[in-house]
Amino acid sequence: MSNPTETDAAQERTAAPPTPPRPAEWWRSARRQWAAAAVLAAAACYAPFQLVPFHVFQLTMVLVYAVALLGLNLLVGHAGQISLGHGAFFAVGAYTAAILFDRWALPYPLTLPVAAGAAFLLGLAFGVPAMRLRGLYLALVTLAIAIFLVPLLKRFEELTGGSMGLTLAKPAPPAWSGLAEDQWLYFLTLVVAVAAFLLCVGLLRSRVGRALHAIRDNEGAAEVMGVRLSVHKTLAFAWSAMFAGTAGCLYTWVIGFVSPDSFTVNLSITLLAGLVVGGLGSLSGPVLGGLFVMFVPGIAQDINDAAPGVIFGLLIIAVMYVAPTGLAGLAGRLLRKIPRKE
Amino acid sequence: MAGFLQQLVQGLGAGAVYASLALALVLIYQFTGIVNFAQGELAMFSTYIAWQLTAAGLPFWPALVLTLAVSFAGGMLIERVIIRPVEGAPELTLVIVTVGLFIFVNAAAGWIWTFLIKDFPNPFPAGALEAGGISIGLSTLGVLAVVGVVMGLLYLLFRHTKIGLGMRAVAANPESARLVGIRVGWTLALGWGLASTVGAVSGVLVAPLLFLEPNMMGGVLIYAFAAATLGGFDSPVGAVVGGLIVGVAETLAGAYVGFIGSDLKVGVPLVIILGVLLLRPQGLFGRAVVERA
Repeated sequence: MSNPTETDAAQERTAAPPTPPRPAEWWRSARRQWAAAAVLAAAACYAPFQLVPFHVFQLTMVLVYAVALLGLNLLVGHAGQISLGHGAFFAVGAYTAAILFDRWALPYPLTLPVAAGAAFLLGLAFGVPAMRLRGLYLALVTLAIAIFLVPLLKRFEELTGGSMGLTLAKPAPPAWSGLAEDQWLYFLTLVVAVAAFLLCVGLLRSRVGRALHAIRDNEGAAEVMGVRLSVHKTLAFAWSAMFAGTAGCLYTWVIGFVSPDSFTVNLSITLLAGLVVGGLGSLSGPVLGGLFVMFVPGIAQDINDAAPGVIFGLLIIAVMYVAPTGLAGLAGRLLRKIPRKE
Repeated sequence: MAGFLQQLVQGLGAGAVYASLALALVLIYQFTGIVNFAQGELAMFSTYIAWQLTAAGLPFWPALVLTLAVSFAGGMLIERVIIRPVEGAPELTLVIVTVGLFIFVNAAAGWIWTFLIKDFPNPFPAGALEAGGISIGLSTLGVLAVVGVVMGLLYLLFRHTKIGLGMRAVAANPESARLVGIRVGWTLALGWGLASTVGAVSGVLVAPLLFLEPNMMGGVLIYAFAAATLGGFDSPVGAVVGGLIVGVAETLAGAYVGFIGSDLKVGVPLVIILGVLLLRPQGLFGRAVVERA
């Protein structure tokens, strides 16, 4: 604990008033961020040419989950509202894309905006009654939606294919790209994920993001400052549903198959678990959460069918106790421990 | 008409089960302000304990008593160990912790007893009473009677014992309660113990109707939430009345609304929750909370 650099840093933080960073410092930190982003981007573009198709598929699914978690994070991490039913919006996006593709033979790039829009509207519709009240009721309503969705999907058989689901052709790589199918799907997903990430960052840096943080930290104070609670909470819910719907659409592209049993309450709860472990309210949390959701259950299942649940449950509780910012927070803490050259 | 009454009776039977789980939810909410998403799973776990005891050769009723005692202790333990560290934390944290508990208990039951379904003995005789063209199953009557007894016992506890008085004081105002010498920490644990016991009763009542498996209570939980929302989260009477209404509404909707049928019945709690939130957010018997910002 008596690490000199840490105590020095702590003193600095408490003693020095928050001065605006000097241009040189700002430039250095911005340059570091850009460098990190460039390294990440290079790695993300290089990986699919080095990995076997199955691992490329797994990485693609990590990105799909990350997009969904990005939306959930907007709601839970930034606005402080609870959703136990984001799997339902994920499913709405997935089914919208599948049905458009299957029944009306819409070209697949067009299914994305429609799926996102459908999830957005649904989120808006359910957000209005639920957001007028405390967050707890939102959790109840979203849980009820997630439970209700599965029988609903099974009922409208002529549209959704019932319990059997729908099997679709995956988007084929265009000839000019020279990519294999798994690589093409990976890059499609990567582009959408990066766009979603940038949209999310932009949203959080705008007025909306500041309003959401104000609501999360103190609703009363936020209201007094002139933040319209119900409007912002409802919109946050709708945005968040939109990201989940987008992820669902990507899921349909990547898997090429949708069935009601892929979107049970378990999906919603797994998403929440992944986000909590990945890190609430941080930018890297959704990606870490996506990795967690994709890989941990598979590894744990080798021990016992129930092991993923046991691990998820214990980890969620442990994270809430000792590291409320999740893996992202822990990683940040570790990075800060590395002494910097000045 | 007889058919309608028959459906009504069936609805009441289902409603009694929802009522008992809703009662457990309301008990915990009253004391700690936590909506326990793990309540159904705790009930399921208790039911497994009862099953294990009867499978080991114990007769049903002693096994039940033992199960209730274990559930009571388990509920207190969970409060002391898992909930205490996050007491007073924001609602978001509390919900996430109970959701974590939900996942953990569900998986733990699957680990110990596997995910295969098990037959649970029905404590009530199989016959039925016939009156005026409708038949009331003895097990339905039994379920209603058990919920009535639980309700009565809780009433006696809260109104006529010193412990109950202390518990009501803690529910009303923990700080003042502590000042007059009530051990608030233990009272909260007691609340969780009581709720787990009531939940165990509902699990044992459900198990013969469904089948015993780790996901058994998942479906019941959402009805119990609807019941508690309808009755008001701070009213035990409301929970029971709400449970009966939800049970009847669900059964009638399934039987008479052709579009809903038996598969979409699970939409009824969603409609009820949304309806209550829009029209009377505090529920039928609940008090509207006036907050000072």
